[in-house]
Parts: sequence; C-alpha cells; structure tokens
Amino acid sequence: MNNLSPQAEIKASTQCYHCGNDCPDEQYHFDEKEFCCIGCQSVYQILSENQLCNYYAYNNTPGKTQSDKLSHYDYLDEPKIAGALVDYTDDTISIITFYIPAIHCSSCLWLLEHLYKINSSIVSSRIDFLKKQVSITFKHHEFSLRELVIMLSSIGYEPVISLQDVVKEQNKASDRDLIKKIAVAGFCFGNVMLLSFPEYFGLASFEHQFKSFFGWLNLVFAIPVVFYSGRDYFISAWKNLRNKVLNLDFPLALGIAIMFIRSVFEIVSGTGAGFVDTLCGLVFFLLIGRWVQQRTYHHLSFERDYRSYFPVAVTLLTEDTEKPIPMDELKVGDRILIRNNEVIPADTILMKGDAVIDFSFVTGESSPVQKVLGEVVYAGGRQINEAIELEVIKPVSQSYLTSLWNNEAFEGKRKKMDTFSDTVSRYFSVVLLLIAFGAAAIWWIIGENIKAWESFTAVLIIACPCALALSSPFTLSAVLSIFDRNKFYLKNTAVVEQMARINTLVFDKTGTITAPEGFKISFEGDLNFEEKCLISSLARNSGHPLSREMVKWIKINEYFPVNSYKEIPGKGIEGIVKNKLVRIGSASFLNINSVKTDTGTVYIQIDDHYAGYFSFRQRWRPGLKELFGKLSKSLGMHLLSGDQDTEREFLLPAFPWEDQMHFKQSPQNKLDYIKSLQQNNKMVMMLGDGLNDAGALKQSDLGIAVTDNINNFSPGCDAILDGAGFEKLPRFIKQAKDAVKVIHISFGISLTYNVIGLFFAVQGLLSPLFAAILMPLSTVTIISFTSIATHLFARKNKLT
Amino acid sequence: MNILYFLIGCSVLLALIFLIAFFWAMKNGQNDDTYTPGVRILFDDDIPNENNK
Repeated sequence: MNNLSPQAEIKASTQCYHCGNDCPDEQYHFDEKEFCCIGCQSVYQILSENQLCNYYAYNNTPGKTQSDKLSHYDYLDEPKIAGALVDYTDDTISIITFYIPAIHCSSCLWLLEHLYKINSSIVSSRIDFLKKQVSITFKHHEFSLRELVIMLSSIGYEPVISLQDVVKEQNKASDRDLIKKIAVAGFCFGNVMLLSFPEYFGLASFEHQFKSFFGWLNLVFAIPVVFYSGRDYFISAWKNLRNKVLNLDFPLALGIAIMFIRSVFEIVSGTGAGFVDTLCGLVFFLLIGRWVQQRTYHHLSFERDYRSYFPVAVTLLTEDTEKPIPMDELKVGDRILIRNNEVIPADTILMKGDAVIDFSFVTGESSPVQKVLGEVVYAGGRQINEAIELEVIKPVSQSYLTSLWNNEAFEGKRKKMDTFSDTVSRYFSVVLLLIAFGAAAIWWIIGENIKAWESFTAVLIIACPCALALSSPFTLSAVLSIFDRNKFYLKNTAVVEQMARINTLVFDKTGTITAPEGFKISFEGDLNFEEKCLISSLARNSGHPLSREMVKWIKINEYFPVNSYKEIPGKGIEGIVKNKLVRIGSASFLNINSVKTDTGTVYIQIDDHYAGYFSFRQRWRPGLKELFGKLSKSLGMHLLSGDQDTEREFLLPAFPWEDQMHFKQSPQNKLDYIKSLQQNNKMVMMLGDGLNDAGALKQSDLGIAVTDNINNFSPGCDAILDGAGFEKLPRFIKQAKDAVKVIHISFGISLTYNVIGLFFAVQGLLSPLFAAILMPLSTVTIISFTSIATHLFARKNKLT
Repeated sequence: MNILYFLIGCSVLLALIFLIAFFWAMKNGQNDDTYTPGVRILFDDDIPNENNK
C-alpha cells in the first residue's frame, strides 16, 4: 500500500493534509488543517460534513492533487448516452461500473465503499481494487447519473468515461472457462491417482475383484478430462494441421488421444491398467501452464486507442439550443461547441471564438497553435482557451487520427515472429512420428505384433512434450512478474522472446528521453533583485508552462500588484508592475532582434529596456548518456522527434549518431522510418510516449510506451514502461535474453527425460507406473528449474 | 471387503460436492477479485469521531 515514508511526516506542517503536496504561501486553512489548494480543501469539507474523516485515518495524505477541472457532464442526462454506459437498469435502480484511475490506497477503497453516507440514493458501491473499478448501484430517479459523476469528481475520484474499453467482460469469461477446466482436470487427477495406487503397489489375490472396478472407474474419470478439459488441444492441433503447421499442440493432442485409446483398450479387454493416471496428470499440468501464460494485468489496458481519449458526447448547437449528442451521430455541417480543455472530435472549421489548440496528442509539439476564423482544425487537438464554435467537415471516422490508426501498414497483420517453441515443435513432431513408426515397424518385422502396438503407443505417450510445453510459459511468466516489480509491464509473455531478438532501438524524444520535471533554465543578462520581483509578479499571472517555470526559477516570494495585464497566447505577456511596463515573450512580440532562433527562448523587456532572455532547454532523464552508451554496444540507435531541431546540439554529447537523429517527424514519418528499418532486416524496438507515436509503436516489432503515469496513458503497444524504470532498460533487455537462455536449457532437460523414456518405450517395456512417475517428475523439474534460474538471473541483472 | 464399493462411492460423491461448490463459487465471481476483500475486512465498522493527526 501507499504508505508514506517517515520523512514525509516530519515535514507535515507544510504539507497539504489531503494530497501531501507542499503548500504554497497562501495556505488554505480549515479545521486547523492546511491545504495546498481550494480543491483539496473542498474535498475535505465534503468528507468532514459527511463524517467520512476516517479516510485520513487509514493513510497519511491519501488524496490526489485537485487541479481545477472544468468538465461538463451535461451529456450524461441524454438517455441514449446514459443507456450505453450503465450495466443494468430497471424501474428504480441502475448499476454502473466506472474506471477511476485515482484509486490507489486503502483509504480510496474505504471512501468509495461508503458513498452511501454522502448521498442516501446510492444503494451500494463495490471496488475492484486491482482493476481500479468501482461499481455503484443507485436509485436513478432520485440521483441522476450526471449527479453521481459530479459527486465522484467533487471528492477527487473523477471517473474516466469512455465507451471503449472500460469494462472487459470477454477476458473474464475465457479466464473462468480455463479455471473450470483446470478444476475438472484436478478433480479427476486426484481421484484417479488414488484409485491407481493399489495397482501400482500390487494387489493381493483376494483383492483382484477390485481391479476391473478401479479400472472402469478410472475410465469414467478420464472421459471429462479428455473431452472437456483437453478439448482445446484437439481443436488447436486440428486447426494447425489444416493450415499445415505443426506446433506443440499436435504431439500433445496425439499423446492424449493415444493414451486414452490404449487405456480403453487395456481396461475393456482386461489386459492392463492403462495410463489414465498419467493422462489426467498431463492435462492438469498443461492447463496450469496455459493459465500461467495467460496472466495479464487487468488494471492496464493495452488496446486503448485514441477513441477513448475522445469525449463520449459533443455539444451540438442548433438554432437556439445546445444539445449533447453521442459522437457517432456527428454529421458534416453540424455546428459544435468546444469548451476550454475539451478535445476536438472531428475535422472542423473554426466559426467563432479564439482558438488556441494544443496538438501535443497528435504531433508531439508542446507549444499550442493559434487558429484564425475559417481555418481548418484537425481532430485530436485540445482547446485551451475560451469556448469556440466549430463546423464539422469530416466526421470522426475519416479524421486525421483515425486515418492514421486505420493505416493499412499497421492494420495489416504484423509479421508473427516464431517463438522458440514453435521452431522446436516442428522438428519434434516429425522426429517423434519417425521414432514411433520405426519402433513399430521393427517389432512387426520381427513378428511381434502386440509388441509393435505397445511400442508405437508407448513412444507417443512417453514423448508427449508436457515438460517442453511448460518450460516457456513458466520462464516467461516469471520474467513478466520480475519486470512488473520494476514497473515494466508487458502485454503478454511472447513479448519477452521478442525483446530478446531486438537489434535496433528507436527513441522518441519528448516524454520519452526527456524528464517529466520539464526544463533546464538559464538566464542571459543581469537582473537585480527588484527586476526579478517585477518579472516574477507578472509571470505568476500566466498559466503558461514556461511562465510557471520562470516563477519557480526566480524563487522570490515578494509579489507586487499587476495592472493592465494582457496575455497574447503563443506570443507573450505584459503588464504594469510598480509603474513599470514589463513585457515577457518572443522576439517578435517585443519587436527586438532575436539572439537565437530557438523556440525555447523568452525575452524580457522592462520599460522599453531590453533586460536579457531566458533559455529553456528540455531536461533529460537521469543517466541518459550512460544509458545510450550501454545500449549502443549491442544495438543500433535511432532518435526521432516531432519537435524543431534546436535541441540537436544539446543531444549530440549523449547521442553521437548524428545521421540517425531526425527532427520534425510527423507520426506518419515515424511510421515510415520504422518500416524502412524493417525492410533492411532490422528488428526494431520503438520507445515512444504515447498517442502521437502510436502508429510507429504498432509498426515496430516491439513498441514500448514510456509514461510517467501508467494509469492514464496506455496506447496500443506491447509494453508500458514507467518513466522511473527507464534507466533499467539495458538490464531488461539482458534479462529477456537470459530468459531465452533458460528456455533453451530447460528444453534440453525435458528432452533428456524424453530420451530416457523413449529408451524403454521402443522396447515396449513402458509400464503405467513408470510413466506415472516420469511424467510428473519431469514436470516438477522443469517448473522448479525455470523459476529458480530466472530469479537467479534477475538477481544477477539487479532486477529484484 | 465389499464395503469398499460403498466407501469409494461416498468419497467420489463427497469430492463431487466440493467440485460443484467450486463451480458455484466461480459463477458467483468469488475468485474475480482476490485482493480487495482482504483489505476491506480490516476497516472498522464505526466512525470514531476523532481524527487528530
């Protein structure tokens, strides 16, 4: 759980009681507690009015910062939209499941399950902590869906409302199905083992009456194991045969079938005990291996695409009314209203208002773009100024982002890489069949027909590659959980093997190799104390990130009142402070000659006197240079950026491969660049920050999204890497390679077992007891070897 | 020794009951979330109205 370190408690006097952030100078006091902002304070007020202060008892500072979000939820009153969101509804109650990224500690859990204390119309609420979901039952006549969402937001748990991926029922169903099959197989395995023991240990003569009874009973238990639990292996083997592929499922299905047939034959004819025990054990272990392989992270969504970032509804303007409508009902010619901080859902023309659009989603460019009336505004931008009116020229499905997502290049199936076990199993099946038929043929030539049948079936039974089939899933899932502990989340186990084969790395710049804290600031020129105060007083009025960085850099807590403050977005700010006209902004804004062409330069003018400039440089993630140095030893390095090339000279010391560094790359450029690398037979791993790299991430052989907030951002990719784990990248790659090594060794071990078994099998000497010992023994060896070896390698790679 | 037939019948029946119980639990979603209930049980029922830190 998220317990804070003792250090944090010492500083408690300056910390926000709700979220734990440092409190600014003008503190918000309430109830003898201090808050960093009005948002946190109001959450506390709501909670204390409803006697929910236990929230603060379970964890220190359990809240998340309440930045002022101005979301509009009017659309939730539209029955059509609400109907699509709720799970269940009848005359009085509705049930809805929300995905709430802010859920992170036991306080959250406690609070969200006590919602009924805030409003009595909420019947109950249940949290699924790992999935960060809460399902709420409420009386929809007394308390509308919109009110519910507003209430959740007001206490700091704003749900992510999206029609796309929030609740994934399908996964759950297949998972449950597998567990049922395991349960049946385990149940039968246990009973069969019990009933087989007398046979193994030998029966006294007076007990022989039980022999056939036990045999028939075993057969009854084998039926559900073969036809229910083991069904998938037959289906898969048959499908693969039809596609002329021999995978590991073929010898498995063959082994299961032969074991069942021979057991039926022996028991019915009364000639032997059959191999029911081995059969049930085999299916049981195989299914467990499959279950281990299927483990996924429910709280991360790897399939989320741009649509989940789009609003669920847009405000449609008709003659005299505003009406929210669902996104897919948007038509060409519709007039829509986009408020501050809303995403533009379709390609549109600006009709009214002052549009300043942040396209960082689409292009990666961090500075917002100003649009004039009549200009085309592409979908995916976020309006950061006043409300604007737009006319739709292309509905959602044809817009820019959509066209990128539907690009054939990455709609078309990615070339599926053969895993190691795929390669091995092709040869394995052929060799196995050769041995089986060979043994049978030799015995038949000698004239021992019964021996021929016995050896043929025994070969197929003993060589059934159970241990072989388990070595990959167990190794890879151990690696998965090691990576997970290091905040590196893979979509599935196959990604590990893919990672081990990578020979080329492509990095995106912004958000990937840059640190989340932002900029490195330096100032050219002289400033005295008073001038610093003037600049700081003016800049703190602006919400622009560079202004905020400036205020932080100056670090003076003395402010003067500002008169006639003006902000021209994308240009600069000005105002009169202590009777002096202070102007901060770009060279063109101040009418002076620019020193550099950098976009990251901000000039200062005080009373027409030029005082110098700030230059802002992106700060890199710690240890970037060493990281690049290490990686470049074995991998080709490339860097792509959507930004201007002003950073080139700062990047060169860390990234000395100048001709593999490209700037001003659009998402399509990035995608094409990766494609061209792949055409030169490179295995490309792409590290990008998110949506604007989505195309490239999908095109690459292994796409990793680097993000500092895994819950909020997870575009279509193979893996998600927490920014904090970025410097461990070489170790992750090493670990993936070691994992493949472990798989190779364990294949060797299980083949040794197979050879030992085959030695007896070809002679027709295989007894049920021998098979019943060898099969579990090899399985246990493989499982313990893979997990111990993988963890030893992890320790060696310092990934514990 | 014929009692063995009866005993084995009993044991299989008992095991079947457990299997059915497991299926029932699965269907009710008892295994869907294995983390949250463990935390939930630690919460106090009532609100002690002092929350001084």
